[in-house]
Amino acid sequence: MRVEMRIDGETAAADIDRPGESLLSTLRDRLGLYGTKNACEQGECGSCTVLLDGDPVCSCLVATAQCEGREVKTVVGAVPRPVRDAFIACGAVQCGFCTPGLLVSVADLLDREDDPSDAVIREALAGNLCRCTGYEKIIDAVHAAAEAMAGAPPVRAADATEATP
Amino acid sequence: MTAPAAPPFHRPADLDEALRLLAAHPEAVPVAGGTDLMVAVNYRRTRPAAMLDLTRIEALRAWSDEGDAIRLGSGVPYTRICAELATVLPGLAAAARTVGSPQIRNRGTLGGNLATASPAGDGHPPLLATGADIEIASTGGTRTVPVAEFFTGPKRSVLAPGELITSVIVPKAAGPQQFLKVGTRNAMVIAVCSLAVALDLDTRRLGTGIGSAGPTPLTAPEAALIELPWTRPGLFNDALADEFGRRVAAAARPIDDVRGTAAYRRHALAVCAARALRRVWTAAHGTETTR
Repeated sequence: MRVEMRIDGETAAADIDRPGESLLSTLRDRLGLYGTKNACEQGECGSCTVLLDGDPVCSCLVATAQCEGREVKTVVGAVPRPVRDAFIACGAVQCGFCTPGLLVSVADLLDREDDPSDAVIREALAGNLCRCTGYEKIIDAVHAAAEAMAGAPPVRAADATEATP
Repeated sequence: MTAPAAPPFHRPADLDEALRLLAAHPEAVPVAGGTDLMVAVNYRRTRPAAMLDLTRIEALRAWSDEGDAIRLGSGVPYTRICAELATVLPGLAAAARTVGSPQIRNRGTLGGNLATASPAGDGHPPLLATGADIEIASTGGTRTVPVAEFFTGPKRSVLAPGELITSVIVPKAAGPQQFLKVGTRNAMVIAVCSLAVALDLDTRRLGTGIGSAGPTPLTAPEAALIELPWTRPGLFNDALADEFGRRVAAAARPIDDVRGTAAYRRHALAVCAARALRRVWTAAHGTETTR
């Protein structure tokens, strides 16, 4: 069964051979898109977070066949440059495994809230686990990214990529 | 290498088509948010021969105002229940906000919660406390089941093969409501126990719903009948709240399991119930019973 969707702004097609194949599995194992990480496969950890039609979801819990015609954005296409820069500048990356999922969740949060409080950040990131427990630096990074984005017009990574061939 | 055979994944565009497909393909497992089903699939605990996607059926993803009640489509994700219905259905919205994480709430639905029929389903206690009705459809027609009659055992319900939950009719709040949930953190928690209380100021009725403390979600009928000082609200006191807590605990039928002991669950329910009753009474009457 062929499923067509848009992934990070590009048309993509995958041939799946069982109805329960997850979007995570399709992204990594069929399409070779390794930005989205696989950890728990039960929706607990948020490592596989992507935007599906704009909403953060665990790609391990979405059946690929549900995505026909849908818009998927991974860490590659969902995250504004200032969010990435802030994670690096603030030391919000330790082993890095949770980082792609966190970046997607933070991108969504800052899309909805210009200047979130600590409490709002904690609730928005409650579904993303960092086993290095580097949460304080991650919260610092969200504040730094919010501040950076308040000054500049938002530049999505995908747009930036298109602008530089 | 030959092309893989097309797996049967049905994507009906409307409810009639979904019901016809389900009747013709009884092996097809309905899927909406996938937050329960896909875990089982990923861990090879189930391998559906076919699936039936409910996320394209607009009628299931909408809610409507029916005057005294909200007709809530079974496929409305928890995020939207929190964002759109917190004023009219405060107990259900409070419960929805405790479900999983933002990612889970963006996908998970009340219809899936009911169909799974876990004793720990967060959506169930507020539905019991408010006396909601479940609408169920098949090619044979539709039927309405009071939520108190819906659950028949752990992960078992009256839902029959070929049937889909289409909507939940939830009476609008006629007074303050509370939902309290005990767990190890404020997210991603399967309830150790949970409790919903709904105070109806029009009918002077108290509704209760207990989660994760019995083979099914339960009500506490004896607790709901506690005599409240409606004519002199200031007479409400801690002894009354504590008695309510004892009656709620007595209505529970908990077991010892990985999340907690039966004794702890009863204790926590008594504390939660007393707290919830104080909160709804204070909210309704502004009396000084803060604790």
